[in-house]
Amino acid sequence: MLEVRSLRAGYGRAQVLHDLHFSIAAGEFCALIGANGAGKSTTLKGLAGLLRPIGGTVQFDGEPIERLPAARILRAGLALVPEGRRVFGPLSVRDNLQMGAFTRLFPRKDPGTARQFEFVLETFPRLRERLDQPAGTLSGGEQQMLAIARALMSSPRLLMLDEPSMGLAPLVVQQVFEVLANLARNGLTLLVSEQNATAALAFADHGHVLEAGRIVQSGTARSLRDDPKVREAYLGI
Amino acid sequence: MSQAFSPAKQCERRLATVAVLWIAFLAWPLLAGNDYVLSLGVYFFINLLLIGGLNLLMGFGGQISLCQAGFFGLGAYVSGVLSVRAGWPPHAGVAAALILSTVSALAIGLPALRLRGNYLAMATLGFNAILTVLFTELVGLTGGPNGLSGIPPIILAGVDFGSPQRFYYLAWAAGGLCMALLAVFLSSRAGRALRAVAASEVAAASMGINAFNAKLLAFMFSAGAAGLAGALYAHFNQYASPETFNFSASVLIVVMVALGGWGQYWGPIFGAAVFTAVPELLHKFQDAELLVFGAGMIVVLLFLPQGIAGCVAPIATRIAAGMTLLARTRATRP
Repeated sequence: MLEVRSLRAGYGRAQVLHDLHFSIAAGEFCALIGANGAGKSTTLKGLAGLLRPIGGTVQFDGEPIERLPAARILRAGLALVPEGRRVFGPLSVRDNLQMGAFTRLFPRKDPGTARQFEFVLETFPRLRERLDQPAGTLSGGEQQMLAIARALMSSPRLLMLDEPSMGLAPLVVQQVFEVLANLARNGLTLLVSEQNATAALAFADHGHVLEAGRIVQSGTARSLRDDPKVREAYLGI
Repeated sequence: MSQAFSPAKQCERRLATVAVLWIAFLAWPLLAGNDYVLSLGVYFFINLLLIGGLNLLMGFGGQISLCQAGFFGLGAYVSGVLSVRAGWPPHAGVAAALILSTVSALAIGLPALRLRGNYLAMATLGFNAILTVLFTELVGLTGGPNGLSGIPPIILAGVDFGSPQRFYYLAWAAGGLCMALLAVFLSSRAGRALRAVAASEVAAASMGINAFNAKLLAFMFSAGAAGLAGALYAHFNQYASPETFNFSASVLIVVMVALGGWGQYWGPIFGAAVFTAVPELLHKFQDAELLVFGAGMIVVLLFLPQGIAGCVAPIATRIAAGMTLLARTRATRP
């Protein structure tokens, strides 16, 4: 579904990603693990069109997307839940969800949005209770659920999440990953970047290990969990 | 879907309230005992344009402009100079003022708004300083420190708007139009995008929103409203002088946005009322208004982060709900 070839990206003169190669098959729950500064966020931003890559290609369902603006990539079916949740605090939960469907509501309302709204509320029943509450008043875990729900409003086929466990209690991290695993079982393709490799590899099917802007290891989540180097460097065992 | 999202409903409610309020404002010329009190009504609407425009940018867009008085002056001088020195009909001058202030906002916004953060505040700070110097130094055009006098009144379709009685309706219409446009804009695609950008630029970008466009549009609207306010001011006052449009005036307008209610749709109504009334009430005490405004700002920051509108709005909603309930029980009574 997603083919990343020789992707290079960075900020100003500082190149962060050097020659990134990896691919994701349809329906796969894929984890991108690595330490702070390895280039996980840069990778996701580059794929989502929030950062223009320096070079390389990204193919989504066979179409090159690396030069497209963010709105076009979103419309093609690739959505990003940004790092640190970033819900629209002053806006209500309902308005946050509406903003998630921004590219589908304007200029003409896509009738599928109403169905997606129901689907999202079924997936996250807590949000239904809080529809008219300002998003800023939700707990951290609820905000993360809202951020995921908001991204789902665009009906993506590939959902990317940047550090969904950040700042959440272990129990809540567990809940978030359970929701993600559930979405994956229902056919959504997922790419999750995580420092919390334990949680990510416990739920994902596949993993890629990112170090200093390069993929240094790839494999099934099980094989990575059992790999002595990964265990030592990322799982703290 | 209709119960899922209702931006249109909010817009309709606001437009209906504006219509009721503006009909009520028609009574001002009848209540005002003399031309002086009537002219305060005119200044209220001019201030409403200034504060309402800036509230869109600051309150909903999260960007600060320190040049609202500069655009106000730009509008006043463009229209004033064109009619005094070039003999343009005043209404053409008003149109030119509106266009030029909007275009100069575009020119400043294009580089300044590409950057994330408060670069617009810095750029506009500089632009206001440049404008003040131009207003003072281009003596041949603007009359320099002595001001530009002899600005002709607006004559539209044979009606002379020279008297406060007639001009009031012109300012009334401009203020109402501004509030109506704001209501429509806020519920539109661009308005919703703007609110999202102010809340989180990163998240807005990942929703496919072009943050730069949203902010630029808001800035152009705010400058355009100020330019229009300036042109109306010049032709009403028939005189303009540079110190009305300096940097400290810009800061005062920022304070009025906060006092009225930062990001509150009805905030500018209160901000404009305070901005118009307080200096008049404190006429006896020279320069005391700055003290009052400063104290007001502190009170708002400490106790009323939503401004005056933020504490009045819930009360108004409750009264409206109570009246609807009352009307319903009366209607159902046999």
